[in-house]
Amino acid sequence: MENLNQLTQWEVFIQSKSGSPYEHAGSLHAADKSMALQNARDVYTRRGEGRSLWVVPSDCIVASSNEDAEEFFDPSEDKIYRTPNFYKMPKGSTNI
Amino acid sequence: MSTQEESLKKFQQRIDADEKIEPRDWMPENYRKTLIRQISQHAHSEVIGMQPEGNWVLRAPSLRAKKILLAKIQDEGGHGLYLYSAAETFGVSRAEMIQQLQEGKAKYSSIFNYPTLTWADMGAIGWLVDGAAIVNQTMLAKCSYGPYARAMLRICKEEGFHQRQGYEIMGKMMNGTPAQREMAQDAMNRFWWPSLMMFGPPDADSAHSAESMHWKIKVESNDKLRQRFIDRTVEQANHIGLTVPDKDLKYNKETMHWEFGPINWDEFWTVVKGNGPCNHQRMNHHIHYHNEGAWVREAAMAYERKISAN
Amino acid sequence: MNTQEALLNFCLRLADNNMIAAQRLAEWCSRGPILEEDLALTNISLDLFGQAENFYEYAATLQNNGKTADDLAFLRSEREYFNNLLVEQPNGDFAFSTMKQFLYAAFAKPLYEALQASKDETLKGITSKAVKEIKYHLRHSSEWLVRFGNGTEESLKRSQIALNELWRYTDDMFLMNDNDKALIEAGISIDLNTIKTSFMATVNEIFKAAHLSIPETNNIITGGCNAIHSEHLGVMLCEMQYLQRAHPGAQW
Repeated sequence: MENLNQLTQWEVFIQSKSGSPYEHAGSLHAADKSMALQNARDVYTRRGEGRSLWVVPSDCIVASSNEDAEEFFDPSEDKIYRTPNFYKMPKGSTNI
Repeated sequence: MSTQEESLKKFQQRIDADEKIEPRDWMPENYRKTLIRQISQHAHSEVIGMQPEGNWVLRAPSLRAKKILLAKIQDEGGHGLYLYSAAETFGVSRAEMIQQLQEGKAKYSSIFNYPTLTWADMGAIGWLVDGAAIVNQTMLAKCSYGPYARAMLRICKEEGFHQRQGYEIMGKMMNGTPAQREMAQDAMNRFWWPSLMMFGPPDADSAHSAESMHWKIKVESNDKLRQRFIDRTVEQANHIGLTVPDKDLKYNKETMHWEFGPINWDEFWTVVKGNGPCNHQRMNHHIHYHNEGAWVREAAMAYERKISAN
Repeated sequence: MNTQEALLNFCLRLADNNMIAAQRLAEWCSRGPILEEDLALTNISLDLFGQAENFYEYAATLQNNGKTADDLAFLRSEREYFNNLLVEQPNGDFAFSTMKQFLYAAFAKPLYEALQASKDETLKGITSKAVKEIKYHLRHSSEWLVRFGNGTEESLKRSQIALNELWRYTDDMFLMNDNDKALIEAGISIDLNTIKTSFMATVNEIFKAAHLSIPETNNIITGGCNAIHSEHLGVMLCEMQYLQRAHPGAQW
């Protein structure tokens, strides 16, 4: 079978309103940056989901795996001194 | 315990704890294979499903109806796209999946191998076919594979209007002229049984069901989902004066379910094996326009190579 | 020519342009070169159906004889349709459809922009929404033409063939009749010749980037706004109006 080319894969991130973080919406195919941006608009914002878009070639995404999870993330679990509630404030102190 | 067994045990523990599996996580080869088969089949169904409805888009009878139908078909295309993307997380490309479809190695839902003969079929497809799909997809949104579950969630949200617009068409036609009522009932008669077949063979005969349930690829059985669809739909049919074409249909007060007559599984397998009324037409259409688009895709990539070289 | 009648005719012309362009685009449904483009073409088609509906609704109000927007779209025949000849041409290949889309958008954009100065508030309102949409259509089709011009030999050849075929219908978009004169005098519409500069600027810019040249031809065909069409329109209407005509008075 010929004609196998389906362009290249991109990841789409949408900002739903001004000031919000960009969140991953899904993927799509496109040949170039401009096409990727327009396809993202046509595929992922048909119901007014977005005010701004990022598109990134999928092969630029680096992901951690579940096998990495223990050594990556468990060490942070016992470091509760990174949260404000860890500290006892002198009785009666305010605005802190 | 071998590493393989240990991995499998850990995997099952994660499944049992309702964790989602992500693309880079360890998974049994069969989990991967089953999901690629199922998701790509689901994607192909959405894409092929554009054809029977596309058959009426140019003849839609009002501006409103035309916009709705076109937007709905567009959604099907979008859903195909989301699902191809979910399958691509396994490292299989959309091009490979399309190749498998065109070589007949991958299937799509048999319901789309029936012709759409009248405008009422747009009602029947929206109401019955999308109705059945929604029952199935709501279940699949709970699937253990993260990318598939996320795609399903998005799809379920978007499909909210599909079934309603179909039922609206049927309702309007049942309220219309005798010719319209006749068309609506005729569409009901043709699409009722194939819609029930959409849930797949009975649990007892379903090849992949047990393992899929064990791994939470599906979380409810074919028969249970089919019964849920029937219970919902019979009442809706009665409400607008449509007759369900099943002389054995009766309500069981004790089980609180509608009991239904035998499904013609011979017909189901005939269509699955490629001998339905439109199998050949659907595939020819897909291959023809895929090939027609080849020069466009080639030109787009050639252009990209030029601009990125500069 | 009374202004009300002229305005009605003008609205129908704008509505018909969009209706027929949208219907042609809808033919692409499930036939796009890639799934993403199928969705993009549908978006454009939906925009144009929406614009058509807005213009038909306004026309129905102006006509004020109980006829609805749907009646206007589905129950007028080819000698009562006023769309330009360009939009009714068959789709051809993707380069051909893209060229049609581009030429139409390059015309509609400056027209809608100019109508922002219209003394008719409704026309102004409808076109101010439409102009945002048409800008995107222009961008989308322009970029494809540039890709074709710089893509492969085949893509360049196909888009030049499309231009050679379609250029003959571009003058027709600017054709005016007595209705236009009445509307220009009333400050409701504009002399279409005044937007030709803008149209030519867009066309020349994109054709340069896309390595396309405007063909020299004496075969210029016009007549759309006087309801003199090519043979293609009647066939399109047969399909489009089938249900409304086969079941008179039925509600859908």
